[in-house]
Amino acid sequence: MELVCPAGNLPSLKAAVDEGADAVYLGFRDATNARNFAGLNFNEAGMRSGIAYAQQRGRRVFLALNTYPQPDGWSNWQAAVDRAAALGVDALIAADMGVLDYASEHHPDLPLHLSVQGSATNRESLRFYHERFGIRRAVLPRVLSLEQVREVVARSPVQIEVFGFGSLCVMVEGRCLLSSYAAGQSPNTHGCCSPASEVHWEETSKGLEVRLGGVLTDRFADHESAGYPTICKGRYQAGGAAYYAIEEPTSLNTLDLLPQLRIAGVSAIKIEGRQRSPAYVRQVTKVWRSALDAAAREGERFVPRREWMSVLGRVAEGTQTTLGAYHRPWQ
Amino acid sequence: MDLTPTPRLSIGPVLYYWARETLDAFYEEVADLPVDLVYLGETVCAKRRSFRLQDWIDWGERLAAAGKEVVLSGMALLEADSELKALQHLCENGRFRVEANDMGAVQLLAARGLPFVAGPSINLYNPRALSVMAKAGMIRWVLPVELSRTALEGLQRSRPPGVQTEVLAYGRLPLAYSARCFTARAYNLPKDDCALRCLDHPDGFTLRTREGEPFLALNGIQTQSAQTQCLLADLPQLAALEVDILRISPQARHTAQVVDAFRHCIDGDLPPEEGARSLAGLMPIGPCDGYWHGRPGMAQVGTLG
Repeated sequence: MELVCPAGNLPSLKAAVDEGADAVYLGFRDATNARNFAGLNFNEAGMRSGIAYAQQRGRRVFLALNTYPQPDGWSNWQAAVDRAAALGVDALIAADMGVLDYASEHHPDLPLHLSVQGSATNRESLRFYHERFGIRRAVLPRVLSLEQVREVVARSPVQIEVFGFGSLCVMVEGRCLLSSYAAGQSPNTHGCCSPASEVHWEETSKGLEVRLGGVLTDRFADHESAGYPTICKGRYQAGGAAYYAIEEPTSLNTLDLLPQLRIAGVSAIKIEGRQRSPAYVRQVTKVWRSALDAAAREGERFVPRREWMSVLGRVAEGTQTTLGAYHRPWQ
Repeated sequence: MDLTPTPRLSIGPVLYYWARETLDAFYEEVADLPVDLVYLGETVCAKRRSFRLQDWIDWGERLAAAGKEVVLSGMALLEADSELKALQHLCENGRFRVEANDMGAVQLLAARGLPFVAGPSINLYNPRALSVMAKAGMIRWVLPVELSRTALEGLQRSRPPGVQTEVLAYGRLPLAYSARCFTARAYNLPKDDCALRCLDHPDGFTLRTREGEPFLALNGIQTQSAQTQCLLADLPQLAALEVDILRISPQARHTAQVVDAFRHCIDGDLPPEEGARSLAGLMPIGPCDGYWHGRPGMAQVGTLG
């Protein structure tokens, strides 16, 4: 299984490559990718040196162009596809049918991956993208159980990549509009969930309040740690007291499942976190490199080392880690 | 002479879990309503089994006999193999057109050479995407709910020939889908043993912020807006953009009154803004129209006095 790591900037890219990522993924500094945050991502010069750094060391670079252009913005996305092809990236990660169609027609030699934002959860959907655009790989949304991942991989026409670690989207990616409902921008339209410009913190007599687009998403007591507000990880009331109505702020960690994911035939493990620091990328890449190598050597005897789990636990969002949808205590 | 084409009216699929008797009573009423199309079927959760496929087809026959164009709607989020098989049966029903709400359905229909409708959870954001889908057999598409009037203008300008456009003109907005069931979670129940609690929430379960403001509505694995999108006041713009069909999403009460208001406005018997005002009190919480105006979806931009 290949290890695919996030690169929000050049230091992160180098950290991932140095620690043994097989591939890194990155994006342009604009709304063409789903981690469109201030100070993040690559201009063309930075991307050129990043690609050179990785490719000279035998690693691959995937470019995420995984938002959904609207009529007004179409020419920017089209130009971004052309730039990516000219830069010589090893694959384009895209979600929109228009973008995929344009890329497959104008750059037939540029390998295409279906982004998690493409929202394909089943083999028929994968067939559509494979038959029409020749995609070679797809990243599965983080909503499937291990058994369902097995079913999809067994009959998929393309390689399957799954998320192994990082923040957890509890909604099926590519079809979540919660952010634009409250704040006018979503991953689909602007490449961002919870735009920072719409986030407001305020210390009140009731506690530290955080709002997105004016909507109170949570209120924290002194002893509670306050994370970056996303709607799905806020506390709300359905009748009674406020609770995490959708999802607790936890992270995904599938280290325990590595042997099963290997046997299932998963081609690549993706690490989430282009918005995280180079130190995060370095630590997480290092652990996952060791774990993947160990899993390859040890097969079903593989057991995650305690020190790996403790490193991952420290960098995880919130303090806990879960197996996400792969394991379903709530089902 | 007014040459602006007149939009037709559709009743969208029931997004909630209603008991069999409730569905029967609802479609009895729909048969007599002044709507042109009816979408039938379960789109949210495979555990909702008030009707089997054959029951939907039977209702389809009755509604078709009453002069409605009938479309069968498929599920939005497919996870288990059994759900894919059920979708295949739906696509092969041999009688009615199908609304695809997942790309898996698009593939099943395209592979069989069957023309189809692309529902609101298919991401069609630009003309090139529309054209890919038209080649695959799409004859109608529903505007993704987060797109604005400006986006629709651009899409309509290069709409492929023979493709109709439908807009969700009235209803709580479907905003997200998950593997998890949030209604079960609200009751501290596991999804597999959910006691079918969605039956108790025929318009969804309103979620409020910690200061009591209605924000979202839980509908099983689907999350909706607490507010009801209403674009009736924007009828002139919708018509000018040559939108073919306006969709009304069923709610537990007053759907007939909502249809009547739209009908009267379309027929020119009622000014749209007045029609919109008359609907505000019929919604579970209240109105919104932000997405249409390029604003956050929950905003209410048009004046409703």
